Amino acid sequence: MMKRTLSVLVENRPGVLTRVAGLFSRRGYNIHSLAVGHTENPSISRMTIVVEGDAHIIEQVEKQLNKLIDVIKISDITDEPYVGRELVLIKVNAEPDVRGEIMQIVEIFRARIVDIARNSVIIEATGDEEKIDAIEASLKPFGIREMVRTGKIAMIRGAKTKGMEASGDGSAI
Amino acid sequence: MVQQSKERTGSQVLMEVFQNEGVEIVFGYPGGAVLPLYHELAKTDIKHVLVRHEQSAVHAASGYARISGKTGVCFATSGPGATNLVTGIATAYMDSVPVVIFTGQVPTFMVGSDAFQETDITGITIPITKHNYLVNNVEELPRIAKEAFYIAKTGRPGPVLVDIPKDVALAPCKAPIPEKIELRGYKPTYKGHPGQVRALAKLIKEAERPLLFVGGGVVASGAEDLVFELAEKIQVPVATSLTGLGAFPENHPLSVGMVGLHGKPCANHAFTECDLLIGLGVRFDDRVTGAIEKFAPQAKIAHLDIDPAEIGKNLRVDLPLVGDISSVLKELLPLVETSRHDAWLKRIKELRNKYPLTYGPGGEVRPQWVIERLGEMTRGQAIITTDVGQHQMWAALFYGYTKSRTYISSCGLGTMGYGLPAAIGAGLASKDMQVWLITGDGSFQMNMPELATAMEQGLPLKILLFNNQSLAMVRQLQHFYYEKQYTAIEFTGNPDFVRLAECYGAEGLRITKKEDVLPVLSQAMKNNRLTLIECLISEEEMVYPMVPPGAGLNEMIMPD
Repeated sequence: MMKRTLSVLVENRPGVLTRVAGLFSRRGYNIHSLAVGHTENPSISRMTIVVEGDAHIIEQVEKQLNKLIDVIKISDITDEPYVGRELVLIKVNAEPDVRGEIMQIVEIFRARIVDIARNSVIIEATGDEEKIDAIEASLKPFGIREMVRTGKIAMIRGAKTKGMEASGDGSAI
Repeated sequence: MVQQSKERTGSQVLMEVFQNEGVEIVFGYPGGAVLPLYHELAKTDIKHVLVRHEQSAVHAASGYARISGKTGVCFATSGPGATNLVTGIATAYMDSVPVVIFTGQVPTFMVGSDAFQETDITGITIPITKHNYLVNNVEELPRIAKEAFYIAKTGRPGPVLVDIPKDVALAPCKAPIPEKIELRGYKPTYKGHPGQVRALAKLIKEAERPLLFVGGGVVASGAEDLVFELAEKIQVPVATSLTGLGAFPENHPLSVGMVGLHGKPCANHAFTECDLLIGLGVRFDDRVTGAIEKFAPQAKIAHLDIDPAEIGKNLRVDLPLVGDISSVLKELLPLVETSRHDAWLKRIKELRNKYPLTYGPGGEVRPQWVIERLGEMTRGQAIITTDVGQHQMWAALFYGYTKSRTYISSCGLGTMGYGLPAAIGAGLASKDMQVWLITGDGSFQMNMPELATAMEQGLPLKILLFNNQSLAMVRQLQHFYYEKQYTAIEFTGNPDFVRLAECYGAEGLRITKKEDVLPVLSQAMKNNRLTLIECLISEEEMVYPMVPPGAGLNEMIMPD
């Protein structure tokens, strides 16, 4: 099984997320993560989907997604140079005697403390999946009370775009 | 004519779209939320066929579409009206039949409140429609209605559902019907990749034992004549899938007939022995391939289809070719040389003689024999619709299809109850061909009330009902795979079908012995009114050949 990152442009319409998510569940494909938001063109949203499967499954995922009328374009960017980022919020136990140690970890990962209570803090971190996994592992010994991850969003490096033809009136696609 | 800026209601917009699309018939069933549509439909010259259950509206529209080549249209109301459509929609989806369904919905301000007769029909039908819409704003309706017809008919055809809240149907609309369709996420590929077409020509040239495998995509594309031309030019055998029956004439010397778990023995052996298999508009579904690792073991496989997702879905393909079959074959034909495959055709002849299609010994009236006689008497020129069960397979194997669009059946979903409403749709679409429904007592009773619809429409349908007072395809499965423990298959309270026909005002005839068969069939053919023939057969009849689970196509169980 491998993980592939798909960058999918879709019509920004109600129900599109249901169509995409439903397709994955009914055909038995595994979504590792899915992040969605509108693009520079408000009529178009971008989904960044990390999917697990062998080459045959990934090919089917792309083809089946392509059949959805509301899906405009699919790019498998896994093998291209791209920036992939995830955001995480972690609420971790932080009694006064361990706060210094936690702040050091935050420093090392270039994360931030965004909320503080009597015996806990909320830490915000961004980075690729490995970094997020690492900060989670580092904080685990203190006791993680709650964690929220956004799932990966991604963009091709350099001047090249993936479906950025979507800018302007969108008719160029 | 399209009134570009004149204000009219949503329902009136829909009627304009219907006129533009050439809609002749709407199959449907009214109810509160869809009445605005019916109110306007009544003012047009479009015929409405009132069915007895919404499922039948879709089946009838499907039968109509498959015979006419046009798009079928249905109406149903919200809630139960809409949910009753579901089996019909799924049936059309699996067989890629173009149908556009309009459902009424509760008014927009009530949507989401669990109002009376409210159901989320767009949510329910996402997996069984090619696309669907909930129209929230009447200004979007002109575009959506036009798109719905476009999507249903283009690319790989399929059902499209448009859910219209009652207030949207009644609201004034200023938006014009767009001149052009602009769907940036929907661009079907019609033209085959020239390099792949050349590669296919090369494969054909190199092959010693090529086999053409013709499916429903050939019919949808109207490519029957081109397939015929190709087969004759390169002199290779032609097999069909269930949906492809009739797309290549079965009385042609190159025809080997239907392949699959109940395929003709010669066809199944040909698949096992060929060295190049060219799939044309087929899906290679599990009922065709049998055990996938034993399927066409010696063959390179070329797969032509308009739906890229079908290629490589079920089996490895050596040469994928996405495109419309007609368009691809037009490109291919000039690239292939006239050739002969005498040794291969000789082998096919041997296979045909060695493994004939037989049905073994049995009781007095054999359904296979009756269907063979019907094929002879109608000279293969009638439209046959079927339900699902043993009779469906006998009808596929023993009739002898010589014309495209003459075998109409629920091939993919296997929907019992499809046949009668489909026959109604077929009867309304066909001006000059006799329409026969071949059915069984199980399937027939699923949508039997549509007899009344057929009578109302004045359709002289012929119904050949094989009555064994049981669900004998299920019995067959229990016979082979469940220790002959026959469970839940016996009908002890069946009606008298002859009198049933009579009580609908139709004619009822009965076949109880072999000598009845020819006179009864010929009387039914002469009748100019709906005629139901009840043909009593044994529940011990089996469908042969039969490929058991895990076996290859050549490992068939044959009759004793």
